Amino acid sequence: MPDSFIVNHDNYTDNYIRDILRSVHSIAIVGASINWKRPSNFVMKYLIQKGYRVIPVNKNSVGDQIYGRNIYPDLSSVKETVDMVDIFRPSKEAPQLAENSILIGAKVFWMQLELRNDRAAKIAEDAGVKVVMNRCPKIEYARLFGELGWSGFNTGVISVKKRRT
Amino acid sequence: MLKLHPNYGFNTLAVHSGSAPDPSTGARTFPIYQTAAYVFDDADHAASLYNLQSPGFIYSRLANPTVAALEEKLATLEGGRGGTATSSGHAAEIIALFPLMAPGMEVIVADKLYGGTINLMGKSFQKFGWKAIFVDTEDPESFQSAITDKTRAIFIENLANPGGIVTDLEEIVKIANGAGVPLIVDNTLATPFLSQPLEWGADIVVHSTTKYLSGQGNALGGIVIDSGNFPWLGNQKYPSLSSPSAEYNGLIFSETFGDLAYTMYNHAVSLRDLGCTQSPMNAWLTLNGVETLPLRMERHCSNGLALAEFLEKHQNVEWVSHAGLKSSPYFKLGKKYFPNGTGSLFSFGVKGGYESGIKLLESVELFSHVANLGDTRSLILHPSSTTHRQLTKDQQIASGAGPEVVRLSVGIECVEDLIADIDQALNNLR
Repeated sequence: MPDSFIVNHDNYTDNYIRDILRSVHSIAIVGASINWKRPSNFVMKYLIQKGYRVIPVNKNSVGDQIYGRNIYPDLSSVKETVDMVDIFRPSKEAPQLAENSILIGAKVFWMQLELRNDRAAKIAEDAGVKVVMNRCPKIEYARLFGELGWSGFNTGVISVKKRRT
Repeated sequence: MLKLHPNYGFNTLAVHSGSAPDPSTGARTFPIYQTAAYVFDDADHAASLYNLQSPGFIYSRLANPTVAALEEKLATLEGGRGGTATSSGHAAEIIALFPLMAPGMEVIVADKLYGGTINLMGKSFQKFGWKAIFVDTEDPESFQSAITDKTRAIFIENLANPGGIVTDLEEIVKIANGAGVPLIVDNTLATPFLSQPLEWGADIVVHSTTKYLSGQGNALGGIVIDSGNFPWLGNQKYPSLSSPSAEYNGLIFSETFGDLAYTMYNHAVSLRDLGCTQSPMNAWLTLNGVETLPLRMERHCSNGLALAEFLEKHQNVEWVSHAGLKSSPYFKLGKKYFPNGTGSLFSFGVKGGYESGIKLLESVELFSHVANLGDTRSLILHPSSTTHRQLTKDQQIASGAGPEVVRLSVGIECVEDLIADIDQALNNLR
């Protein structure tokens, strides 16, 4: 494995996260809730607004839709290209979900805030899949592309360039 | 000092953080967004904002771009996760506690404090049903023995009023951690240039930005900065952050926003309901002030220490309380917590008590007699006849503001001019 692939999961660089969010187009959200008040639903709505093709996965809500997208029971049933898998499921399910993500050709395996499973990370990284743990793609997108500063948060972004709106 | 950024140091961040060029015009100085409200893209966008599903602006009582730039700059300099700017330092104290307190709950407060804070917490908090328990700044044991199952926070000043006092932060952090409550540190007198309380394990920092941060005594303001480290999730002591929020459709702040929860709550609930928002104009003045904070603080510190050393030798001075003096009981703690200087606010005792104190401030030419501090101009104050006069005699003495006490906030003028001026005024007492 090339050195450049070794990622510090305690402290991701902004470039690592930025490259991921710029390179992926379709995101499967495992554990996406049909209840619009749940965090997974917030994230899905936000990512759709930012132009991502978002694919909800939730075995308890098959036959339903979220924001007009059909819900798949599991990753292996998804019939479209998936660039990134984002999971809202307990950490202990992560290794199996990492295996499933590899099988469907995902390039990124992302675990939400409060989730960390180093075994799952190793499974994914050994297959060349990039991993992010204990982060939220909505917060990271807002932070790195200028929106989180609107709420008074420390984005860590220092620039003298005019940001494209 | 905390590593604030992977690539840049403190002075660079003081200039650049939070205030990138304006995205719509390219304006290099951050603009003043002097507006009450913001147009929604469409009904769904409006709903997303009101539901907290998307970041953005609704109404300037909750958030404003100029104020947000200041919040980000100061959160960055303190090594925090986020900031909530307020209309004054007092408002910052209320907003810092608002997510934590409820009627019947207690906050443990160190007694070496700005007199206004003693009034606010000792008296006005009672109207909210909040109980302030005052303990001895210099005795960590007194904090420990004040802890009860109703304690929801500990509040201290870092460099404490009326100057020259250093709190042993590490000891208080241990007590707060042991009690499972956040430690709130007022860092106004030190500023993040001299000390970053979050580095020592504090959870929340508050400032009166009116002082050294804005730096020229021209803009009222305060700020609350959150480390993002306190475990709110599932923590029954703090239902505002750990329980479903009815007005936001059952959203749980700590679950939905993770380490952003406290700051999100302060914008979405505390500022929304209490309304003590910082004005865009004041935020803009402060934003510009902070850019020169490192330069000013260096001069404030060197002038302050030189003046303290001069006063210590003066025949009409009884004592000088400045943590940078070797004679100070706080000298060692000062070196530990404030290696780059202990600020420019300190107090001294003038011979002749109350009457001499009053005569002194009427005899100086360069020291303005004002109830403020942290200005480019040197300031003089006699606490027992002004800021602390609403306290009892015992409270005055307990908070270091007895009748002979004179407080100086040393500015950035020529130090030899300041020394000459205070010298002639002291000699004039006899």
